[in-house]
Amino acid sequence: MKFSFSEEQTEFRNMLRRFLRDRSPTTEVRRVIETEAGYDPEVWRVMAEDLGVAAIHIPEAYGGAGFGISELAIAAEEAGRALLPSPFFGSTVLAATAIAEAGTDAQKQALLPGIAAGGTIAALAAAEPRGGWNAGAFTATASPDNGSWRLSGRKSYVLDGMIADLVVAAARLPEGGLGLFSLPTDSAGLARRALRSMDPTRRLAEITFDGAPAVLLGGPAAGGPAWERVLDIAAICLAGEMVGGAERLREDALEYVSMRIQFGRSIASFQVTKHKAADMLLEVELAKAAAYYAAAAADDDEESDQPLAALASLAKAAAADTYMQTAVHAVQMHGGIGFTHDNDTQLWFKRAKASEVFLGSAADHRERMLQQWNA
Amino acid sequence: MTDLTEDDIRTAVRAWLVENWDPEQGLVAWRNMLIESGWGMPHWPQEWYGRGLPVGMTPVVEEEFDKRGAVGVAKLGIRTLAAATILEHGTDLHKQRFLRGILTGEESWCQLFSEPGSGSDLAGAATRADFRDGKWIINGQKVWNTSAHRADFGLLLARTDWDAVKHKGLSYFLLDMRQPGVEVHQLRQMNDHASFNQVFFTDAVVEPEYRIGELGEGWKVATTTLMHERRGADGVRRYDTGSDRQGRIYEEERAEVATVMEPYIWYPQRTGRADLLVERAKAAGRWDDPAVRQEVAKALTLARSAEWTARRAREAQQAGRPQGPEGSIGKLAASMVARACAKAHTMIAGPDAMLSGADDGADGVVAEILVSTPAISIAGGTDEIQRNIISERILSMPKEARHDADRPFREVPRNQAG
Ligand SMILES: Cc1cc2nc3c(=O)[nH]c(=O)nc-3n(C[C@H](O)[C@H](O)[C@H](O)COP(=O)(O)OP(=O)(O)OC[C@H]3O[C@@H](n4cnc5c(N)ncnc54)[C@H](O)[C@@H]3O)c2cc1C
Repeated sequence: MKFSFSEEQTEFRNMLRRFLRDRSPTTEVRRVIETEAGYDPEVWRVMAEDLGVAAIHIPEAYGGAGFGISELAIAAEEAGRALLPSPFFGSTVLAATAIAEAGTDAQKQALLPGIAAGGTIAALAAAEPRGGWNAGAFTATASPDNGSWRLSGRKSYVLDGMIADLVVAAARLPEGGLGLFSLPTDSAGLARRALRSMDPTRRLAEITFDGAPAVLLGGPAAGGPAWERVLDIAAICLAGEMVGGAERLREDALEYVSMRIQFGRSIASFQVTKHKAADMLLEVELAKAAAYYAAAAADDDEESDQPLAALASLAKAAAADTYMQTAVHAVQMHGGIGFTHDNDTQLWFKRAKASEVFLGSAADHRERMLQQWNA
Repeated sequence: MTDLTEDDIRTAVRAWLVENWDPEQGLVAWRNMLIESGWGMPHWPQEWYGRGLPVGMTPVVEEEFDKRGAVGVAKLGIRTLAAATILEHGTDLHKQRFLRGILTGEESWCQLFSEPGSGSDLAGAATRADFRDGKWIINGQKVWNTSAHRADFGLLLARTDWDAVKHKGLSYFLLDMRQPGVEVHQLRQMNDHASFNQVFFTDAVVEPEYRIGELGEGWKVATTTLMHERRGADGVRRYDTGSDRQGRIYEEERAEVATVMEPYIWYPQRTGRADLLVERAKAAGRWDDPAVRQEVAKALTLARSAEWTARRAREAQQAGRPQGPEGSIGKLAASMVARACAKAHTMIAGPDAMLSGADDGADGVVAEILVSTPAISIAGGTDEIQRNIISERILSMPKEARHDADRPFREVPRNQAG
């Protein structure tokens, strides 16, 4: 099912779209981002409890719904389209995937049901200040301590780090391998600070570990391979989120130019506007195709001639470029209105800017893509 | 006068400055003296505070002022547009009443052209000016008016004839902003600054002698203003921060700059800040990254080429060629530069591009660049409009078929007010 969605998937998408249209229009987004939490806990509760959004790809054995990455990416796409501020990406996509990929059965039993139910918010702390998301860039260290571990180092750009109850952190093991660790955010030796994010709908934190006690997920060999898979799934879901946002921008810009009159005629009637709209459609459709293909490959990589990492990075880079380009066009098509705070275009513009570099830049991902490419 | 060589001029300026420059005098007193001497605006006519020198000699004079640390006449903000417009189209009364206040910095201006319904299509302005009881009565709304919240006067384009075709029904007024019929509301931008405003007119009044240009010829006058605006928008212009020297006059100038430039503090950022690229790439440890280097090089290439193009245009002008359409090329180039810079800055910043304020690793400058560059391709005429101008006026390509210029304005489709 790489090239079309099933009826169930389409129904799931429609249901989410309706829900978000009702419960999280941009008037709500604007209200919520001014609150301390930065998201609407009630909306999140309903999404988790009634719609199962927090549990999509978590296996049923751990309280999840047992769906695939395609379904997870659909939810990301709809959230991106609505610009929903919520713990979905940080907790379900990033942290739960890390636990599911690295953890032992007992650890998953202990940690995943709470996340799947939405009551526990988890965050993933991987990149470090000025650093990237490739495993080689992590310098935080873990040292053994009486059968347990202690973490030291500083993590940045931690999505929803300030509201998380639980954090999964990537750190170097004494032998140099990568470990994924979990610890509650109120642990001794853990300090966090809110960062000023450009995109107010996506809050970031810096977390400093100073000998904080932590549990190693899986064994010492689990972290490395798990991380690659986590990065793939995260990149695929972010690509989904980005194409969702880009499509919304494209549609809204088209609607605006269709209403606006200058020189006694609709500005949509100018050929340059039409060409721009056509280019935007082309770019968004191409990026969607890449994001959908990568998500399907994550569920079933039998058929693909390329490794998942190459597909995931391809999709992330393509979506990042497209989202930003679409946002630039969308502002431009609105004219002066597009540059105002009151116009919603700027909200997506800022999300596009942040997504461009979150999880690594397009250049980083194109490099990763080629390193994995099956020539 | 015109047969003076550059050296003659330099000598004359130096001598005058030796005689008159004193940093301990008051700013306005100094500028009044400067205005009388003609050295403040040397390319202006002699009877109006100038020396009738070719415009190309103005930078030469400015250079001598800079060398000496001498303060010039007020040139910041919309005032230069007001001055150019009044100089070209104004009556003696207008020149007498306004030019001096513009040059001393005592009176400030805003441009009241764009409306909610007409931005690119400025000639579609629907703000009304009705002649009643010997006065012009203004009703309607303007928008995007930079600095209007501070301005003493406005350059107003308003409709005086609804039966004429659109370009023939407009008149241009010099409006007193400090009156009960004028209400100004600031607008917040996506970069969180609030430089521009909405301006509402409810029976605002303009005395008949403050119409500038003939009745129904407002569009012609507006064209002069716009030409100067676009020429100034090439991003090469220096953004003044005032001198850090000691002395009463410098203190007064710094205070003036801080006030006048407040709406523009982010303007350097909207150009993309090519000047910061190398320094930022080194500071962020990305200077050796080949992908980053490519983007930095591309942005610098564009920025420099645009600057050199502007210089070429200026030199041609100095050589006495008539004012041409170079301004439009510069403006479009500035948009390309800004976008290339935004891209390069994003690559340099890496994940820090997600942060703003003190957290972005560059005191918020990079974040401000990233959310300010979209303005440059909109303000002062959009990129699309610039391309229309270039293709139709410079390249003489066929004009778009028009349906708005051949019938009474009241019959032209337009956006509903609201
Ligand atoms: C930072 C900033 C400062 C400004 N300062 C001032 C100021 O001081 N005073 C003032 O009066 N105004 C000011 N403006 C307003 C500015 O001049 C207008 O926003 C601009 O001219 C566009 O008009 P609009 O916003 O109505 O957009 P519209 O004209 O509605 O344009 C919307 C879109 O349609 C496109 N379009 C329109 N006509 C055509 C066409 N014929 N062919 C192809 N495409 C077309 C445009 O390019 C744009 O992409 C400022 C704007 C900004 C962003």
